[in-house]
Amino acid sequence: MTSSPFQRAMFAVYVAAFFLYLLGPLAVMGISAFNTPEYPQVWPIEGLTLSWFGALLADADMMHGLRTSLLIGTLVVLIAVPVGLAGAIVMTQISRTARSFYYLVVVSPVLTPGIIIGISTVVFWRELTTVTGMRFMYDGIVLTVLGQSSFISAYCMLIILARLQRFDRAQEEAALDLGASYPQVFFHILLPYLKPALFSAAVLAFLSSFENYNTTTFAILSDKTLTTVLAGRVRQGSTPSISALATAIVVLTIVGAVAYELAKRRDDRRAGARRKEALKAEETELALSPAE
Amino acid sequence: MKSIHVMLLLPCVVVLGFWLIARFDRMNASTRRLTFFQRNGLGVGIYLIVAVGFWAVFVIVLPMIYMVELSFRPKLPLSQMGGPKDVYTLENYRYFLFGSTTSTAEWNWLHIKAFGVTILASILITLANFAICYPLAYHMAQSAKPDRLRILLLLLIIPYWVNDILRAFAFRVLLSSGGIINQMLMGLGFVSEPVDFLGADIGLYMGLSYAYLLLMIFPLYNAIESLDKNQIEAARDLGAPWWHIHAFIVMPHAKPGIASGCTLVFMLCTGAVATPMVLGGPRSLWFTPIVYDRFYQLFNWPQGAAYAFLLLLACIVFVLTVLRISGLKLGEITR
Repeated sequence: MTSSPFQRAMFAVYVAAFFLYLLGPLAVMGISAFNTPEYPQVWPIEGLTLSWFGALLADADMMHGLRTSLLIGTLVVLIAVPVGLAGAIVMTQISRTARSFYYLVVVSPVLTPGIIIGISTVVFWRELTTVTGMRFMYDGIVLTVLGQSSFISAYCMLIILARLQRFDRAQEEAALDLGASYPQVFFHILLPYLKPALFSAAVLAFLSSFENYNTTTFAILSDKTLTTVLAGRVRQGSTPSISALATAIVVLTIVGAVAYELAKRRDDRRAGARRKEALKAEETELALSPAE
Repeated sequence: MKSIHVMLLLPCVVVLGFWLIARFDRMNASTRRLTFFQRNGLGVGIYLIVAVGFWAVFVIVLPMIYMVELSFRPKLPLSQMGGPKDVYTLENYRYFLFGSTTSTAEWNWLHIKAFGVTILASILITLANFAICYPLAYHMAQSAKPDRLRILLLLLIIPYWVNDILRAFAFRVLLSSGGIINQMLMGLGFVSEPVDFLGADIGLYMGLSYAYLLLMIFPLYNAIESLDKNQIEAARDLGAPWWHIHAFIVMPHAKPGIASGCTLVFMLCTGAVATPMVLGGPRSLWFTPIVYDRFYQLFNWPQGAAYAFLLLLACIVFVLTVLRISGLKLGEITR
């Protein structure tokens, strides 16, 4: 692109401003986590301390919330990924007439505000568990898992669907012609093909569940997750231990994101190497065949 | 018969409907196709039907229908439920408009205004986020070198999973009266006493824009990236000014991404719970805290359901408007 130095300078200023806006607040919060004053303060730095991180570990509510959040996250992954997979498979098989309606139904949670999903889950399951006598199901963790699954399954479905649409059905037919049974085709052909998408979906499902607040705050009833405890603390007032928690989460997400990125790249490289090998094998075969 | 029983019959009707459609399609198909179970085998077939059926019916559709139904019922003590007073009524919606379940003498300005401000501010924040993100998305997708692009993407991914509460909290640290911005403003002598950003709702609007910035940039980037560079080159060679290139080539191509980013940002803004809670001043108007209070302060669930339904309607209208303006199908914006 040819542009004048002035234009380029303007653009550099814009990019710098964008990232200052995006990362500045988080950096400021990060600094306040290490500063000694009781109120989150950035300047002047009165002394460096790790005590706010210590206070975090000693906070029983926070730790209880963290455990609940991890449990809910795991359950959501266990539900949302299989459901998303089923949703995607059905999408490719359903008749044309029914598809647009089906699509509208299963994608609607993505476009519905989380607060409304939380509300509708709670009011419906309160009634259902009362009528059917399964009152024990009216539990914060169960409801939160159900509410979160409604839209997280849709995310998973969209991820899996993107890969499924590139699936060559001839592979399936070849396996069937060679005498494989239906379960064999499903477990040995389809699932291995979808593995990268299933992995991405699981990571995304866990992270979405872990950081969710809007649906959780309604569906959790009297129980607590990390985000609801956090919200309560923030409402009471600002302390640097909240900054410390945020810093811990940011660092963990960076580590997670980088690890995920590296794993994906390694997979890509492996796939690339395999493709190269296959090409080479094909070439040698081609080179040999005229000699026959 | 209680309404919940009627609703439990509904899934059966829906399943029957799907079966009939499938039947109908097969009758009209020119070639003989495999039936569902022939194609998947019995075990996998049952798994597909149970998983999708439970999800679509019990987790998505029935809760939503039940919430809407509840919003048309009066608030009654448990003993009177199902009694003669348990009839359909508009009183919850009347309360939203007039501040009373019976009289229509005075408008309920507080709630109406909060609703209006929420919708209007969300639209403005959506437009602002589009304006902020578009140039960077275009640069990343079309003219950034691979190395630079990798760094930019990494910088964008880092803050992606930080949740709403913490983002809002970061803004509170930044903008509070003893915060770094006020310290700087006073240090430079622009103001003599701290500016009350939070009381003036500046903090709230900035916080909302900040929280959902990344949900705008990623769809934009993905959409612009698929545009063939040659089209831009061709337009430039033919003498199109820069704004022609954007208005008539890049934006029409990126329409699905634009629509998807705008829908997401709008939906998340109107439904934001954490940001108004953390950054809203005592006089801030936002609709979600009002909805929340119906449930866990007043314990008037039917009224809360009515308020939630109004919010949902606003979102549906927005999505439909976006689809109408852009001429896209739903499937194109939820990718």
